[in-house]
Amino acid sequence: MSDLKSARIGVITFPGTLDDRDAARAVRIAGAEAVSLWHADTDLQGVDAVVVPGGFSYGDYLRAGAISRFAPAMSAVVDAAKGGLPVLGICNGFQILTETHLLPGSMIKNNHLHFICREQNLIVENNQTAWTNQYEQGQTITVPLKNQDGQFVADQRTLDELEAEGRVVFRYSGGNPNGSRNDIAGISNERGNVVGLMPHPEHAVEVGFGPELTGSQTGTDGLAFFHSVLAHLVAA
Amino acid sequence: MARVIVDVMPKPEILDPQGKAVNGALPRLGFTQFASVRQGKRFELEVEGEVTEEILAAAREAAESVLSNPIIEDVVSVTVAEEGADK
Repeated sequence: MSDLKSARIGVITFPGTLDDRDAARAVRIAGAEAVSLWHADTDLQGVDAVVVPGGFSYGDYLRAGAISRFAPAMSAVVDAAKGGLPVLGICNGFQILTETHLLPGSMIKNNHLHFICREQNLIVENNQTAWTNQYEQGQTITVPLKNQDGQFVADQRTLDELEAEGRVVFRYSGGNPNGSRNDIAGISNERGNVVGLMPHPEHAVEVGFGPELTGSQTGTDGLAFFHSVLAHLVAA
Repeated sequence: MARVIVDVMPKPEILDPQGKAVNGALPRLGFTQFASVRQGKRFELEVEGEVTEEILAAAREAAESVLSNPIIEDVVSVTVAEEGADK
């Protein structure tokens, strides 16, 4: 693909999804076309990338993301992701991606049991993925974090593997907000085309509507996710 | 109607925040006898007619693939409760 404007990025809506519109808005602000995808459809409409957005799909019943995993659209996403399609899971979307086993580990309730909603600093630990290539390695970014089941857990072997392979993509900075192992906020698959994280880059893409403006910060630190995937698609 | 009972518990090595919260509440209500609490899930799968080996096998498969997440949970038992029993 050579023309950014021709990039089409799908955003899936499940029953109980909340952040699909913000994700679509982020895609448009980044300069691409947002394509609405419905959970019950198997057709991904030929999109170039997919965002699995946040919310409380199926009311978090059974386990967060557990029922959405079986949606027809997710079967198509899993197949396409294995072929290299860039997929970003945000919050509930990350939980869904772990339930599909596209990403390892799982999320359990925050260790303090409270719902969190705050601006969160993250360190970019890997800027080589499809969704982070426009960040500097080691850069600190600020985006909203809002969840109840945000504590990332995995067995020691999986954690060691993620660390050794550079698949920890984001780490919490300024204190661990939820008890996540190794301060992990986001991870990727081996190939780097699938990324999942609990914080919300799509809520930090427009001046005045993202995190508070302080110093040189613009509150738009999340936008580079979407610029990254476009750069990835152009390079592909 | 017969039922298949599936019990799912958080893995022992995984912190159980809900159980911890319940454990914190019990002494406040005077229940000081308990050292710790872990909270799990119980599923009742109702069956028309008899629970055959095939149905039990299907219940075990559902327990492992849907009702639990093997990364954070264990299926601790899949048992049959006959009509009238265990209610």
